[in-house]
Amino acid sequence: MRSIGLSVLFAFVLCTMAFRVHAEDASEREIERYRAMISDPMSNPGFLAVDRGEQLWAEKRGTKNVSLEGCDLGRGAGKLEGAFAQLPRYFKDADRVMDLEQRLLWCMQNIQGLDTKDVVARRFSGPGRVSDMEDLVAFIANKSSGMAIEPQLGHPKEQEMAAVGEELFHRRGGVMDFSCSTCHGAEGKRIRLQGLPYLAGPGKDAQLTMASWPTYRVSQSALRTFQHRIWDCYRQQRWPAPDYGSDGITALTSYLNKIASGGELIVPSIKR
Amino acid sequence: MTKFSMLALALGALTCGPITAHAADQAIPPKPAAATGKTTETKATETKASETTTKPGATKADAAPTSSAPIHKVSTETVDAYVKATFGKAPEEWQQRIVPDDTMKACNKFRNEVPTDVAEAIMQREIKKVAFPADGKLLGDWKAGAKIANNGRGGQFSDKADTVNGGNCYACHQMAPSEVSFGTLGPSLTHYGRDRNYTDAEIKQAYTKIYNSQAVVPCSNMPRFGTNGFLTEQQIKDVMAFLFDPESPVNK
Repeated sequence: MRSIGLSVLFAFVLCTMAFRVHAEDASEREIERYRAMISDPMSNPGFLAVDRGEQLWAEKRGTKNVSLEGCDLGRGAGKLEGAFAQLPRYFKDADRVMDLEQRLLWCMQNIQGLDTKDVVARRFSGPGRVSDMEDLVAFIANKSSGMAIEPQLGHPKEQEMAAVGEELFHRRGGVMDFSCSTCHGAEGKRIRLQGLPYLAGPGKDAQLTMASWPTYRVSQSALRTFQHRIWDCYRQQRWPAPDYGSDGITALTSYLNKIASGGELIVPSIKR
Repeated sequence: MTKFSMLALALGALTCGPITAHAADQAIPPKPAAATGKTTETKATETKASETTTKPGATKADAAPTSSAPIHKVSTETVDAYVKATFGKAPEEWQQRIVPDDTMKACNKFRNEVPTDVAEAIMQREIKKVAFPADGKLLGDWKAGAKIANNGRGGQFSDKADTVNGGNCYACHQMAPSEVSFGTLGPSLTHYGRDRNYTDAEIKQAYTKIYNSQAVVPCSNMPRFGTNGFLTEQQIKDVMAFLFDPESPVNK
């Protein structure tokens, strides 16, 4: 409902201005104005997900009937402050580099003894379908809001993740020969009217992009995590669906956080 | 008003609605300028961002003499293993789609900035994959072409099997001056035919480019619409007419 309202409002805003061809500066300005209008954290429904995630974190579940509070997200068991800002990272107990979503699934399985089949089935929320993962990520990421993205690249496996992510970013394929860099390989580009961040190297674009996930997407009426963003990117690239919580997505996330280092997290954000 | 509704729609639902965006490219892929908004101290025009560097904020340089030999920090086998782990559960037919052919292997290896000899090899290989219409007619119906240029459906794992593919030209190109919702990944195609005096040579060149962009611009960002079987011959003819018919809004 909200998204329709915003579209109508935006259409109204546009209708009130003389719109000329080549009036690109004007359209960019209006797009910015629209973004400013929806960027009010006080009216960001993503915080409802944060609240639900807080309850889920403390809820006893699984065969062991314990909460997730014993889960170590990298800063120590149960310590949430700043954990998201340092993910993905290497975890000794799993001997793997994991992003937040992979790690949460691991903790559900290993600490709670929870069968994650249902959780994975509800990985993305939809009409009448809540997502534990989206809620937990919103809650945990919010505990790093205001902090700088701090990529962990000390361990060889962390270095490999970021390096593979960079390769995947530039790897073309599918019926349209697209890669991530097709859209995000140059500065100042647009697809239709949507501005495209430059993500082929470090800079403000990478920082602002990575500092804004998870986000509440007005157009989807849902809190979305970066797993969903990459899934959606590959959909539009005409690639097969990437498996949820797979290493390719973590690799891309590692690479992008590497070039986004220092960006200030403001999460959950709100987007179109 | 339609225009404005579309605009709102494009902004409100670009990534999840029927107007799903995708990209084609410049006729001549430009070298991106060095990244603005540097994070910390940085030497502008240093090395490609792809090279190992401990300096945050190193920027992608314009093509330095050495930049066409990218340094890969991981082996192809390692990357392939990640691809398998990530997409391995997809149907076999879908997995085949992302197996790079020789041309994509070269473009991936050099991140589209291929040396001259490799570029030549790509063009020679790909021109053989261009099929011209048997009837010799390269122009169809511009009105149908306008719809194809605006349609971004098809080829996505979310699309139904019977989806009619669109060319989605507007995602990347400006075309008819009346359409304000256009992307800038590719060059503007406004007045395309008119600016080229509607010559047969230009028509043939454009048909080739749409059918198989790699035959004209090696490692172009643009899809190989004909060779990869994404658009039918008739659809390509219609898009061609949209570009070359004097009555098409593109040429008004």
